[in-house]
Amino acid sequence: MPNRIPVVEKILSANDRLAAENRARFDAAGVFAINIMASPGAGKTSLIEKTVAALKDRLRIGMINGDIATSFDADRAAAAGAAAVQINTGGDCHLDAVMLQSALPQLDLSALDLVIVENVGNLVCPAEFALGTHKSILVASIPEGDDKPYKYPGMYRGVDAVVINKIDLLPYVPFRLDFFKKGIEALNPGVTQFELSCRTGEGLEPWLNWLLAQA
Amino acid sequence: MHELAVAESILEIAVRHAKGQNAQKITDLYIVMGAWSSVVDDSLQFHWDLLSDGTIAKGAILHFKRIPVELLCLDCGQSYAPSSRDLLCPKCESVKIKVKTGEEFFLEAIEVE
Ligand SMILES: Nc1nc2c(ncn2[C@@H]2O[C@H](COP(=O)(O)OP(=O)(O)OP(=O)(O)O)[C@@H](O)[C@H]2O)c(=O)[nH]1
Ligand SMILES: [Mg+2]
Ligand SMILES: [Zn+2]
Repeated sequence: MPNRIPVVEKILSANDRLAAENRARFDAAGVFAINIMASPGAGKTSLIEKTVAALKDRLRIGMINGDIATSFDADRAAAAGAAAVQINTGGDCHLDAVMLQSALPQLDLSALDLVIVENVGNLVCPAEFALGTHKSILVASIPEGDDKPYKYPGMYRGVDAVVINKIDLLPYVPFRLDFFKKGIEALNPGVTQFELSCRTGEGLEPWLNWLLAQA
Repeated sequence: MHELAVAESILEIAVRHAKGQNAQKITDLYIVMGAWSSVVDDSLQFHWDLLSDGTIAKGAILHFKRIPVELLCLDCGQSYAPSSRDLLCPKCESVKIKVKTGEEFFLEAIEVE
């Protein structure tokens, strides 16, 4: 006779437990950690380069890069002045708490103030896997189009800040900023937003100040 | 996609609950999935078949209950399903909305012998 057992358990709860362990490690070391997510090419590494270059005299910064195969992005962050670690996900579409946990020993957390995790370029999967970082940040960029909050609501729902990058391209690309922002406001009311260009440096200041205030 | 990670999690949760009840075999699993939560495709079944082989869940059937997204307008009280072009309230165009359903992703129950 089959017998029904009620379970009602979140399917990714094991990942959430490991994320809590990662968080505890960051906290124990007094490190502020952020998870940067975006579609491929939105400017995650560019933002990290600019951030590291601007803040490296005030904060000791580590960078963990999740990439399907290469170490280009970790090399760029290292060149900007961060202690950088590469995680090759070997085809996985996101970082998860286990991958982060196994990368952490490669960084001396006690010698760092800020750890920036660059997630795999993807607008769906990373949102589902908590890493244990203190804040998650979504980088959107003008050439991706203004309909992205509507198409990828899950990604916009859970983040603590949205960085709208490549505003230098606004004159050249059709992009309804108000339509885009309405979508963000509906999905994530009151979320912190920055409009900037990693290319020209316009708008970077508020982002850097926000980070400094947290770290 | 991450169907392997999802299959591993489902297996771990199901086997833990089944063993807690001294069950010998898991026959069915009921998964609740909101339209805005996880994206899993047909390869989940493939990973499931490989992973569950040799466990008490071998041959068990995965059942999916898909929950559509339902939004509530906090200004006028209208309940609605978002269209692919718009999230805002179709009645008053408010951006003040609450997600009532569609973000679920959990294992609801298992059937065991
Ligand atoms: N015009 C313009 N281009 C930018 C800006 N920021 C980044 N880019 C360019 O966008 C491209 C992608 O930038 P990356 O920083 O590598 O993007 P990413 O999100 O790290 O990409 P992946 O890690 O490959 O997913 C590069 O050619 C950058 O030079 C910007 O503000 N304006
Ligand atoms: Mg990059
Ligand atoms: Zn309304």
